[in-house]
Amino acid sequence: MYSIEVENLTKKFGHFTAVNNITFQVKKGEIFGFLGANGAGKTTAMKMMCGLLLPTSGKAKIAGFDLNAESKLIKQQIGYMSQRFSLYDDLTILENMKLFGVIYNIPRRILNDRIEEQLTELKMFEIKDLLVNEIPLGWKQRLAFATAMLHHPQIVFLDEPTSGVDPIVRREFWSLIYKAASQGITIFVTTHYMDEASYCERISIMAEGSVQLLGTPTELKQQMGVATIDDLFVKFVKR
Amino acid sequence: MSIIQVENLTKKFKKLTALSELNFEVQKGEIFGIIGPDGAGKSTLFNILATLTLPTSGTITVLDHDILKQYKQIRKEIGYLPGTFSLYPDLTVQENLTFFATMYGSGIKENLPMIMPIWRQISPFKNREAGKLSGGMKQKLALCCALIHRPKILLLDEPTTGVDPVSRKEFWDLLDKIREYQVTVVVSTPYMDEVGRCDRIALMQDGRFITVDTPESIIKNYKGDLYAIKTSQLFKLLDIMPQFQEKCSYYPYGEYFHISFYHDTKHAKNSFLQFLKQHEIEFEKMEHISPLLEDCFIEIIKEDRNV
Repeated sequence: MYSIEVENLTKKFGHFTAVNNITFQVKKGEIFGFLGANGAGKTTAMKMMCGLLLPTSGKAKIAGFDLNAESKLIKQQIGYMSQRFSLYDDLTILENMKLFGVIYNIPRRILNDRIEEQLTELKMFEIKDLLVNEIPLGWKQRLAFATAMLHHPQIVFLDEPTSGVDPIVRREFWSLIYKAASQGITIFVTTHYMDEASYCERISIMAEGSVQLLGTPTELKQQMGVATIDDLFVKFVKR
Repeated sequence: MSIIQVENLTKKFKKLTALSELNFEVQKGEIFGIIGPDGAGKSTLFNILATLTLPTSGTITVLDHDILKQYKQIRKEIGYLPGTFSLYPDLTVQENLTFFATMYGSGIKENLPMIMPIWRQISPFKNREAGKLSGGMKQKLALCCALIHRPKILLLDEPTTGVDPVSRKEFWDLLDKIREYQVTVVVSTPYMDEVGRCDRIALMQDGRFITVDTPESIIKNYKGDLYAIKTSQLFKLLDIMPQFQEKCSYYPYGEYFHISFYHDTKHAKNSFLQFLKQHEIEFEKMEHISPLLEDCFIEIIKEDRNV
């Protein structure tokens, strides 16, 4: 069963083709790495999949809904987190979670239970009244991830979720990603850390608006005759 | 010969201590790398070295000038590439370069050879507005602008953050070329794979340097006995590892699982193999490996947190 089905999706801005006829599927519960150089079209493609940008042509089904006709319903079924924006710094941990819950129309009683459950899981219950700008970055990222899943989405889009944290915190974050995936949530993730690409079940590499390579990390390395994902990326982009 | 001397540098912002009792020196002609997560204090340190922020206490000399009394001389002799702002997006590539050169009262012509390896790559776009360049191109232009007055010290605050791996490698190749001109480089980065290219590295956490050394000695000082295994059941393995009794450190490393033993390695390794068998974890092979810098940093950070 697929969570994401993208078919011939294209986005043009004037004469510039940002995303050029991309086609791929992502399975339910899969961790899918979406790689590419800066300016390759990743962000535009991701915005379309989140229902934030209409495609120029092509179609897609996200969480079972049609991108062109049902983008409102898609938003209810997806979570989104990026390192740059996800939480309000001047609200407390609890206020941030409540705000997101209300935005997603989660009934109050259910919301309170879920928040309590998440805060306990995150070991943040005791500090729930701290402002977000008072907590370390690694905690913020875990909180942002939990908040993005408060409405129990089918798919979570993670845009460079681990930029700027130390190697231990980065690994702790990935264990959360794996936990979510093992519960059946589909993870769609971009990263500039090539070791993280290896944690994905499949990866795609985009260049000049097209998906040029797609497969499991092992398959792609064999196909290109390289030892590491880092080499794969370098060889691919330079060719 | 040391070109930057920092003694007991502390910087406080109200309640927050951003930098705490820092002591270090940077030698002439070296590439000195500062690696640390966001919020460690890297940018605050750069702002102080660039004479833009005052320290709360401490003595800092840059090029034999005191940063409090002789900041004007320092500013003429350094190039600074801050993490955020550095270019004028509505000026063209050429206009940006001319602007920076004029500000420092230096001519473009005489210094062009030094920036040529970089300038060659961006000059085809010299009439394009800087705001319309790609991320990698912007970085290259910013580097040209920071270098056009031929500074003795180049301060680069996270020049490659958010830049893709290929553009990052190119950027470091350029830094290597600049070295030929005897420029001292202080550079910060959140990427572990980059710091191996520095002469010395400072690992920064919570406003402190927890280690300052050459990449070679950091690797030499690694205490554990490190093994790598390749398994398709990586996350099942991580899940059950808390049940493993021997003292060890473990973490995923790309497609591998790294495990490091500290005492009686032979015994610990054997019980680990048994543990894998008992939990039916299949793996290709278990290899004794030399640590990479990231392994060393993980060990150093863990040790630092336990103290």
